Amino acid sequence: MQEVNQELAIKHGLTVGEYNKIIELMGRNPNLVELGIFSAMWNEHCSYKSSRIWLQTLPTKNKYVIQGPGENAGVVDFGDGDVVIFKIESHNHPSYIEPYQGAATGVGGILRDVFTMGARPVANLNSIRFGSPSHEKTKYLLNGVVSGIGGYGNCIGVPTVGGETEFDECYNGNILVNAMNVGIAKKNKVFYSIASGVGNPVVYVGSKTGRDGIHGATMASAEFDEDSESKKPTVQVGDPFTEKLLLEACLELMQKKSIVSIQDMGAAGLTSSSIEMASKGDLGIKINLNLIPCRENNMTPYEIMLSESQERMLIVLKKGKENEAKKIFEKWGLDFAIIGRLTNTKKLELEYNKKIVCSIPIHSLGDNAPKYKREYITYNYPKSINHNSEIDKLDIKDSLLKILSHPNYSNKSWVWEQYDHMVMTDTIQKPGGDSAVVRYHGKNKGIAATVDCVPRYCKAHPKSGAMQAVCETWRNLISVGAQPIAITNCLNFGNPEKKEIMGQFVDSINGMKEACEALDYPVISGNVSLYNETNSVAIYPTPTIGGVGLLKNINNMMTYNFKDSENIIAVIGETSGHLSQSALIYDIIGNKEGPPPQINLKEEKKNGLFVSELIKNKLVNAVHDISHGGIIVTLAEMCMASNIGAKIKVSGSNTDKIKYLFSEDQARYLVEISKKNLEKIKKISATKNIKIDFIGKTQSEIFEIENNLRISVKELKTNNESWFKNYNKS
Amino acid sequence: MKASVIVFPGSNCDRDIKISLQKFGIKTSMVWHADAKLPKSDLVVLPGGFSYGDYLRCGSIASKSRIMKEVINHSKKGGLVMGICNGFQVLVESGLLPGVLIRNINLKFICRNITVKVTNNKTNFTSKAKRNSVLEIPIAHNEGNYFASKDLIGQLEDNNQIVLQYCDATGNINEQSNPNGSMKNIAGIINKKGNVFGLMPHPERAADSLLGGIDGSLIFKSLK
Repeated sequence: MQEVNQELAIKHGLTVGEYNKIIELMGRNPNLVELGIFSAMWNEHCSYKSSRIWLQTLPTKNKYVIQGPGENAGVVDFGDGDVVIFKIESHNHPSYIEPYQGAATGVGGILRDVFTMGARPVANLNSIRFGSPSHEKTKYLLNGVVSGIGGYGNCIGVPTVGGETEFDECYNGNILVNAMNVGIAKKNKVFYSIASGVGNPVVYVGSKTGRDGIHGATMASAEFDEDSESKKPTVQVGDPFTEKLLLEACLELMQKKSIVSIQDMGAAGLTSSSIEMASKGDLGIKINLNLIPCRENNMTPYEIMLSESQERMLIVLKKGKENEAKKIFEKWGLDFAIIGRLTNTKKLELEYNKKIVCSIPIHSLGDNAPKYKREYITYNYPKSINHNSEIDKLDIKDSLLKILSHPNYSNKSWVWEQYDHMVMTDTIQKPGGDSAVVRYHGKNKGIAATVDCVPRYCKAHPKSGAMQAVCETWRNLISVGAQPIAITNCLNFGNPEKKEIMGQFVDSINGMKEACEALDYPVISGNVSLYNETNSVAIYPTPTIGGVGLLKNINNMMTYNFKDSENIIAVIGETSGHLSQSALIYDIIGNKEGPPPQINLKEEKKNGLFVSELIKNKLVNAVHDISHGGIIVTLAEMCMASNIGAKIKVSGSNTDKIKYLFSEDQARYLVEISKKNLEKIKKISATKNIKIDFIGKTQSEIFEIENNLRISVKELKTNNESWFKNYNKS
Repeated sequence: MKASVIVFPGSNCDRDIKISLQKFGIKTSMVWHADAKLPKSDLVVLPGGFSYGDYLRCGSIASKSRIMKEVINHSKKGGLVMGICNGFQVLVESGLLPGVLIRNINLKFICRNITVKVTNNKTNFTSKAKRNSVLEIPIAHNEGNYFASKDLIGQLEDNNQIVLQYCDATGNINEQSNPNGSMKNIAGIINKKGNVFGLMPHPERAADSLLGGIDGSLIFKSLK
């Protein structure tokens, strides 16, 4: 075995200090297998060493939370003995290297996190961000990632129901692929990763172990070995067919009473799964590596422990249940091997060819892992900017059409029509709306889910941006008639060793915390992805938020398309005319300076609860949250979704009109009201002190601003639907 | 009527079709691909999904699975067989239906609502639909592009074996309304004997108004 020294440790991504700490904890020099295990457990991805102290400050409880962060996924109560389990995770780096497999295995990984807990996955969502469309790699990455997400989700038969797809040059060198999954289970049938029972068998199931993805969670290891070809880490390769079998086999086994604990082999494979289970149970674990089902001959202990081959699970069974479990996995044509036992040594002990090749005290890998309080700066709210000179001569129609045909605001059906969003026949609100809604299978209730972030806001002021991301998911859930329950977060940032980046992270956490607390909307799971940098250029801070809500009665589900002409159109919430960082100013004019819209959490909550009440009492016919592009774009989207026109009146100068129509002030909704409900709504809004502007009415076919513009809804659609098709034609 | 839904490893619309069949009063049992015997059934359904991961060729490995011998016998005896999406692919691979299904002309997976014209309603599967009526039913596939020799297409036409054709909302069958490049806009065909039906659209996804449409119900009603 290769000699282990400081130099080799550095090549494994460890610092000198960390290496010395390993020696201290072990009381001796580690061997190569042990070094590999430490490096896998102590890297940023697995140890959260830069982020942990901050993550601990986030609110993680409300009356619905059954399991918060720390498990494979979070669990919330959905009533009637039902729970919903969900999580979001990044697969950014692999997707840039190999977009199809990177994205596919991202989906596969998050699915496993959810079904490991006993849930049947019922909805996939994703947030994918690419560099500028004109960047040479963007088209290839976009096509690869979209087909990879589809390739995995479609095959396993879990609908991909929602998400976001955006472009910005800040992602030229680091794309983001964040995948979320939502599953359902019975409250009394949730499975955890905490091991118990000395002597209980440890079982390996799923695919065989190959050499793929070795050190996927750490770094390229080609440099530290002469024999680099055979050890060259590759991006993991996904096999959704095997995962489908694994899903069905696991759910079948979970119906029996034989599982003590279960953990999927994700990042750092067998290493992190075995350590996690034993460490949570304060036990030891002994594994015979000769018993691991391997895809290739002569795999070394080092390779076996660090492989990130996909579609594998580790299960601790109750003693005597081995045969019952084996039968199920054999029926599904999967590998099943008893590879070891739980012990009381509190050590990870690995045996290979009858020799002990690794013996590490488990607490040294987890509890004693490094935690850093890195240096950070705090960002002030930027000074406001006067945009009058940029907008006073702008043509409203021209600006609207420019936004509608901009890649970020174009209709995304080119993307989501490549995803099977209908399989399982419970998708009652398809992609394109504010939130996706799936019926809770066999019940009269629904699960609403959405994924959101506006990175340009986060860059301008990280704290406000993170608050906004939380609020936007909340608003999107409200808009479909759901009660927001909890969130999962995927925190994508640059290099945390730079205080500017760490500052973005810390401010984002603080913003998220405030918003979650104000809305009673805690974080129940998540993932941190740091070092999204190329040549020292970091991505914008991108704290992607996945929100989940409960729709108590699916017959009360709300949609954003107008239902009829001659109905009243109203804006709920205050419009101050904030334009900095809006789609108009940032993407169309190209001015990237200035503050993002202010977040007022009290207004957010008040307006949201008001809209909820209107929906519950059937006083509104359509609801759409006002986000990118402001009132005018939101209105156009409602028209395009229904082929119904609108006529609104805006007063003041051209500058005033532009401010009113394009501003991205927060906590606002656009609603459609039947005349018969108008008085009732006026009354309720007055008692609740809600700002509501009645701006016009729906009409047939023509989108119209009085004394300003007239355009057919058909023409709006042509503008909105052509970008993706044209871009991908050549 | 009694139906058996065959579950291959990788089938993923098996539960969906079972729900629809039961909704229309058809007693349904699930049959594992490795089973040797088919329960007594009037109808066998091969569901959508990715049987055997679509490896080798869509439907190819499933067409050789143990239960398929029984399904073929069942069809020889005149029993009804319906293959949806991947099930249609299994039917052409097993020779129960003629022609092949190749990759969509745009080389992408397509999931969306499309419209089909019922060009033949004198079948056990479409009798409750009006001739030339237009149904809105979703498709979700990567390999649904029906291809056959000119002679074979001629035979299908002569024998009235083309049952469903992609069309626009008003029933025009043309290139614009063809989502995947299928010859003659073919979305579903039947065998000469009239007891084996294969279709790419998913009627089970259009049998519940909450899901956005109920045009697929006509197929289940016809089966009764």
